[in-house]
Amino acid sequence: MNTLSPGFHGHTRPRSDRLPPGQYPTEQFPVLSAGPTPDIPTSAWEFALTGTDGERLRTWDWTGFGDLPQEEPTVDIHCVTRWTKWDTSWCGVSVDVLLEGVDTSASHVMAESYGGYTTNLPLADLTGGKAWIVHTFDGLPLPPEHGGPARLLVPHLYFWKSAKWVSGLRLLDRDEPGFWESVGYHMYGDPWHEQRNRSD
Amino acid sequence: MVVQHLDGNMLAGPLSEVFAVEPTTALRRCPHCRLVSSLAQLHVYGPRPGITARCPGCSAIALRLARHPDALWLQLGGVEGAFRFPLAE
Repeated sequence: MNTLSPGFHGHTRPRSDRLPPGQYPTEQFPVLSAGPTPDIPTSAWEFALTGTDGERLRTWDWTGFGDLPQEEPTVDIHCVTRWTKWDTSWCGVSVDVLLEGVDTSASHVMAESYGGYTTNLPLADLTGGKAWIVHTFDGLPLPPEHGGPARLLVPHLYFWKSAKWVSGLRLLDRDEPGFWESVGYHMYGDPWHEQRNRSD
Repeated sequence: MVVQHLDGNMLAGPLSEVFAVEPTTALRRCPHCRLVSSLAQLHVYGPRPGITARCPGCSAIALRLARHPDALWLQLGGVEGAFRFPLAE
Protein backbone atom coordinates (compact mmCIF):
# COMPACT_ATOMS: atom_id res chain seq x y z
CA MET A 1 0.00 0.00 0.00
CA ASN A 2 1.11 3.52 -0.73
CA THR A 3 0.71 6.66 1.38
CA LEU A 4 -1.34 6.10 4.50
CA SER A 5 -3.30 9.06 5.79
CA PRO A 6 -4.82 8.70 9.22
CA GLY A 7 -8.59 9.08 9.16
CA PHE A 8 -10.72 10.77 11.76
CA HIS A 9 -10.20 8.49 14.73
CA GLY A 10 -12.77 8.74 17.45
CA HIS A 11 -15.60 11.19 17.83
CA THR A 12 -15.90 14.22 20.03
CA ARG A 13 -19.71 13.97 20.23
CA PRO A 14 -21.24 11.63 22.82
CA ARG A 15 -22.92 8.52 21.42
CA SER A 16 -26.31 9.75 22.58
CA ASP A 17 -26.03 12.49 19.94
CA ARG A 18 -24.89 10.04 17.28
CA LEU A 19 -27.97 7.77 17.14
CA PRO A 20 -30.30 8.69 14.25
CA PRO A 21 -34.06 8.50 14.93
CA GLY A 22 -35.56 5.00 14.93
CA GLN A 23 -32.18 3.25 15.29
CA TYR A 24 -30.76 1.02 18.05
CA PRO A 25 -27.05 0.38 18.69
CA THR A 26 -25.57 -3.08 18.20
CA GLU A 27 -22.17 -4.63 18.86
CA GLN A 28 -22.87 -7.21 16.12
CA PHE A 29 -22.24 -6.75 12.42
CA PRO A 30 -25.41 -8.23 10.86
CA VAL A 31 -25.15 -9.61 7.32
CA LEU A 32 -27.96 -8.71 4.90
CA SER A 33 -27.80 -9.93 1.34
CA ALA A 34 -29.97 -10.05 -1.77
CA GLY A 35 -28.13 -12.98 -3.31
CA PRO A 36 -25.31 -15.48 -3.04
CA THR A 37 -21.94 -14.13 -1.94
CA PRO A 38 -19.77 -13.73 -5.05
CA ASP A 39 -16.30 -15.28 -5.00
CA ILE A 40 -13.97 -12.61 -6.37
CA PRO A 41 -10.24 -13.43 -6.20
CA THR A 42 -8.17 -10.25 -6.01
CA SER A 43 -6.24 -11.50 -9.08
CA ALA A 44 -9.47 -11.11 -11.10
CA TRP A 45 -10.77 -7.99 -9.34
CA GLU A 46 -11.19 -4.85 -11.39
CA PHE A 47 -12.74 -1.49 -10.59
CA ALA A 48 -14.00 0.79 -13.38
CA LEU A 49 -15.06 4.42 -13.52
CA THR A 50 -17.54 4.80 -16.39
CA GLY A 51 -18.66 8.06 -18.00
CA THR A 52 -22.22 9.13 -18.74
CA ASP A 53 -21.81 7.92 -22.35
CA GLY A 54 -20.80 4.43 -21.22
CA GLU A 55 -17.10 4.96 -21.91
CA ARG A 56 -14.75 3.41 -19.36
CA LEU A 57 -12.73 6.39 -18.18
CA ARG A 58 -10.39 4.62 -15.75
CA THR A 59 -9.80 1.12 -14.47
CA TRP A 60 -7.71 -0.28 -11.65
CA ASP A 61 -6.61 -3.80 -10.85
CA TRP A 62 -5.95 -4.88 -7.26
CA THR A 63 -2.26 -3.90 -7.36
CA GLY A 64 -2.94 -0.52 -8.94
CA PHE A 65 -5.67 0.16 -6.41
CA GLY A 66 -3.29 -0.65 -3.57
CA ASP A 67 -0.79 1.86 -4.94
CA LEU A 68 -3.29 4.72 -4.53
CA PRO A 69 -3.18 6.87 -1.35
CA GLN A 70 -4.95 5.02 1.46
CA GLU A 71 -7.07 6.46 4.28
CA GLU A 72 -8.32 4.96 7.54
CA PRO A 73 -11.79 6.31 8.34
CA THR A 74 -13.47 5.44 11.65
CA VAL A 75 -17.20 6.03 11.29
CA ASP A 76 -20.65 5.06 12.60
CA ILE A 77 -22.82 3.07 10.19
CA HIS A 78 -26.62 2.99 10.09
CA CYS A 79 -28.65 0.19 8.46
CA VAL A 80 -32.22 0.83 7.25
CA THR A 81 -33.23 -2.29 9.22
CA ARG A 82 -32.63 -0.03 12.26
CA TRP A 83 -29.26 -1.12 13.65
CA THR A 84 -26.39 1.31 14.16
CA LYS A 85 -22.80 0.25 14.73
CA TRP A 86 -20.45 2.73 16.39
CA ASP A 87 -16.83 3.50 15.44
CA THR A 88 -16.25 1.02 12.63
CA SER A 89 -12.65 1.15 11.32
CA TRP A 90 -11.85 0.78 7.68
CA CYS A 91 -8.98 1.25 5.24
CA GLY A 92 -9.40 2.21 1.62
CA VAL A 93 -9.23 4.85 -1.08
CA SER A 94 -11.22 8.08 -1.01
CA VAL A 95 -13.58 8.42 -3.99
CA ASP A 96 -12.04 11.90 -4.40
CA VAL A 97 -8.81 10.17 -5.46
CA LEU A 98 -10.62 8.06 -8.06
CA LEU A 99 -12.38 11.10 -9.53
CA GLU A 100 -9.37 13.43 -9.41
CA GLY A 101 -9.08 15.40 -12.64
CA VAL A 102 -12.26 13.94 -14.15
CA ASP A 103 -14.22 16.69 -15.91
CA THR A 104 -17.88 15.76 -15.77
CA SER A 105 -21.32 17.35 -15.71
CA ALA A 106 -22.77 14.23 -14.05
CA SER A 107 -25.25 14.83 -11.24
CA HIS A 108 -25.47 11.26 -9.92
CA VAL A 109 -23.59 7.99 -9.78
CA MET A 110 -24.68 4.36 -9.97
CA ALA A 111 -22.49 2.13 -7.84
CA GLU A 112 -22.29 -1.29 -9.52
CA SER A 113 -21.29 -4.57 -7.94
CA TYR A 114 -20.20 -8.08 -8.78
CA GLY A 115 -23.39 -10.16 -8.60
CA GLY A 116 -25.52 -7.42 -10.15
CA TYR A 117 -26.36 -5.18 -7.17
CA THR A 118 -26.66 -1.44 -7.86
CA THR A 119 -27.39 1.68 -5.81
CA ASN A 120 -27.74 5.31 -6.84
CA LEU A 121 -26.24 8.36 -5.13
CA PRO A 122 -25.76 12.05 -5.89
CA LEU A 123 -22.18 12.63 -7.08
CA ALA A 124 -21.82 15.32 -4.39
CA ASP A 125 -22.32 12.67 -1.70
CA LEU A 126 -19.31 10.71 -2.92
CA THR A 127 -16.90 13.65 -2.96
CA GLY A 128 -15.43 15.96 -0.34
CA GLY A 129 -14.03 13.19 1.89
CA LYS A 130 -17.44 11.55 2.48
CA ALA A 131 -16.98 8.21 0.68
CA TRP A 132 -14.37 5.49 0.18
CA ILE A 133 -13.78 2.18 -1.56
CA VAL A 134 -12.63 0.08 1.40
CA HIS A 135 -10.84 -3.28 1.47
CA THR A 136 -9.99 -3.61 5.17
CA PHE A 137 -12.25 -3.79 8.24
CA ASP A 138 -10.93 -3.74 11.79
CA GLY A 139 -7.39 -4.27 10.52
CA LEU A 140 -8.18 -7.39 8.50
CA PRO A 141 -9.08 -8.00 4.83
CA LEU A 142 -12.80 -7.30 4.37
CA PRO A 143 -14.60 -10.68 4.59
CA PRO A 144 -16.70 -11.69 1.56
CA GLU A 145 -19.95 -11.65 3.54
CA HIS A 146 -19.35 -7.98 4.33
CA GLY A 147 -18.51 -7.13 0.72
CA GLY A 148 -14.89 -8.15 0.27
CA PRO A 149 -12.61 -7.83 -1.48
CA ALA A 150 -13.87 -4.23 -1.65
CA ARG A 151 -17.05 -2.29 -0.92
CA LEU A 152 -18.26 1.26 -1.12
CA LEU A 153 -18.44 3.11 2.22
CA VAL A 154 -20.78 6.11 2.43
CA PRO A 155 -21.44 6.31 6.17
CA HIS A 156 -23.68 9.40 6.17
CA LEU A 157 -26.37 7.50 4.24
CA TYR A 158 -28.21 4.26 5.13
CA PHE A 159 -25.85 1.35 4.68
CA TRP A 160 -27.63 -0.16 1.63
CA LYS A 161 -25.94 2.70 -0.25
CA SER A 162 -22.52 1.29 0.74
CA ALA A 163 -22.57 -1.35 -1.99
CA LYS A 164 -20.83 -4.64 -1.21
CA TRP A 165 -18.55 -6.27 -3.83
CA VAL A 166 -18.32 -2.98 -5.69
CA SER A 167 -16.98 -3.23 -9.24
CA GLY A 168 -17.32 0.34 -10.38
CA LEU A 169 -18.97 3.74 -10.40
CA ARG A 170 -21.03 4.82 -13.41
CA LEU A 171 -21.60 8.56 -13.83
CA LEU A 172 -25.20 9.57 -14.60
CA ASP A 173 -26.79 12.69 -16.10
CA ARG A 174 -29.88 12.14 -13.96
CA ASP A 175 -30.91 10.11 -10.95
CA GLU A 176 -31.96 6.50 -11.59
CA PRO A 177 -33.18 3.95 -9.02
CA GLY A 178 -30.82 1.14 -8.08
CA PHE A 179 -31.64 -2.36 -6.77
CA TRP A 180 -33.56 -1.49 -3.58
CA GLU A 181 -34.62 1.96 -4.72
CA SER A 182 -36.60 0.33 -7.57
CA VAL A 183 -38.79 -1.52 -5.06
CA GLY A 184 -39.74 1.41 -2.89
CA TYR A 185 -36.66 2.33 -0.90
CA HIS A 186 -35.76 6.00 -0.71
CA MET A 187 -33.72 7.49 -3.56
CA TYR A 188 -31.39 9.33 -1.12
CA GLY A 189 -31.56 7.52 2.26
CA ASP A 190 -30.55 10.06 4.93
CA PRO A 191 -30.73 8.29 8.32
CA TRP A 192 -31.06 11.61 10.18
CA HIS A 193 -34.31 12.29 8.30
CA GLU A 194 -35.45 8.63 8.37
CA GLN A 195 -35.56 8.50 4.59
CA ARG A 196 -36.29 4.76 4.47
CA ASN A 197 -39.11 4.60 1.89
CA ARG A 198 -40.29 6.60 -1.08
CA SER A 199 -43.06 8.16 1.02
CA ASP A 200 -40.70 9.33 3.82
CA MET B 1 -53.33 2.21 -36.83
CA VAL B 2 -52.42 3.54 -33.39
CA VAL B 3 -52.70 0.95 -30.67
CA GLN B 4 -54.21 2.46 -27.54
CA HIS B 5 -53.01 1.27 -24.17
CA LEU B 6 -55.50 0.38 -21.48
CA ASP B 7 -55.92 1.87 -18.01
CA GLY B 8 -53.98 -0.16 -15.45
CA ASN B 9 -57.18 -0.61 -13.47
CA MET B 10 -58.12 -3.37 -15.91
CA LEU B 11 -55.40 -5.54 -14.29
CA ALA B 12 -57.42 -5.85 -11.10
CA GLY B 13 -59.65 -8.57 -12.57
CA PRO B 14 -56.98 -10.80 -14.14
CA LEU B 15 -54.59 -10.45 -11.21
CA SER B 16 -57.24 -11.21 -8.61
CA GLU B 17 -57.42 -14.68 -10.12
CA VAL B 18 -53.66 -15.13 -9.88
CA PHE B 19 -53.26 -13.87 -6.35
CA ALA B 20 -56.24 -15.79 -5.05
CA VAL B 21 -54.45 -19.10 -5.58
CA GLU B 22 -51.78 -20.69 -3.43
CA PRO B 23 -48.70 -19.41 -5.25
CA THR B 24 -45.87 -21.76 -4.35
CA THR B 25 -46.84 -24.42 -6.91
CA ALA B 26 -46.58 -21.90 -9.75
CA LEU B 27 -44.01 -22.93 -12.36
CA ARG B 28 -41.54 -20.75 -14.18
CA ARG B 29 -38.90 -21.29 -16.83
CA CYS B 30 -35.81 -19.20 -16.13
CA PRO B 31 -35.09 -16.98 -19.16
CA HIS B 32 -31.35 -17.22 -18.45
CA CYS B 33 -30.68 -20.93 -17.89
CA ARG B 34 -34.03 -22.44 -19.04
CA LEU B 35 -34.48 -24.40 -15.82
CA VAL B 36 -38.15 -24.95 -14.95
CA SER B 37 -38.81 -24.65 -11.23
CA SER B 38 -41.70 -23.97 -8.92
CA LEU B 39 -41.93 -20.89 -6.72
CA ALA B 40 -41.28 -23.16 -3.78
CA GLN B 41 -37.93 -24.16 -5.31
CA LEU B 42 -36.61 -20.62 -5.76
CA HIS B 43 -33.72 -19.51 -3.58
CA VAL B 44 -34.97 -16.67 -1.40
CA TYR B 45 -32.79 -14.00 0.25
CA GLY B 46 -34.16 -11.63 2.86
CA PRO B 47 -36.68 -10.76 4.18
CA ARG B 48 -34.91 -7.48 5.09
CA PRO B 49 -34.55 -5.02 3.54
CA GLY B 50 -36.57 -6.93 0.93
CA ILE B 51 -37.17 -10.41 -0.48
CA THR B 52 -35.13 -11.46 -3.51
CA ALA B 53 -36.09 -14.82 -5.04
CA ARG B 54 -33.62 -16.35 -7.47
CA CYS B 55 -33.50 -19.26 -9.93
CA PRO B 56 -32.13 -22.33 -8.15
CA GLY B 57 -30.02 -23.13 -11.23
CA CYS B 58 -28.29 -19.87 -12.13
CA SER B 59 -29.24 -17.33 -9.41
CA ALA B 60 -30.90 -14.96 -11.89
CA ILE B 61 -33.60 -12.91 -10.16
CA ALA B 62 -37.15 -14.28 -10.47
CA LEU B 63 -38.97 -11.78 -8.28
CA ARG B 64 -38.40 -9.07 -5.70
CA LEU B 65 -40.79 -7.97 -2.97
CA ALA B 66 -40.31 -5.14 -0.49
CA ARG B 67 -42.80 -4.38 2.25
CA HIS B 68 -43.02 -0.75 3.37
CA PRO B 69 -45.44 0.69 5.94
CA ASP B 70 -47.77 2.05 3.27
CA ALA B 71 -47.10 -0.15 0.25
CA LEU B 72 -45.96 -3.52 -0.98
CA TRP B 73 -43.60 -3.30 -3.98
CA LEU B 74 -43.47 -6.36 -6.23
CA GLN B 75 -41.24 -6.85 -9.26
CA LEU B 76 -42.04 -9.91 -11.35
CA GLY B 77 -39.42 -9.96 -14.10
CA GLY B 78 -39.80 -8.84 -17.69
CA VAL B 79 -41.21 -10.25 -20.91
CA GLU B 80 -39.71 -13.69 -20.29
CA GLY B 81 -39.93 -15.77 -17.15
CA ALA B 82 -43.71 -15.70 -16.73
CA PHE B 83 -45.16 -17.56 -13.77
CA ARG B 84 -47.62 -20.33 -14.63
CA PHE B 85 -50.26 -20.81 -11.93
CA PRO B 86 -52.04 -24.16 -12.19
CA LEU B 87 -55.80 -23.72 -11.81
CA ALA B 88 -58.23 -26.13 -10.27
CA GLU B 89 -60.47 -27.84 -12.84
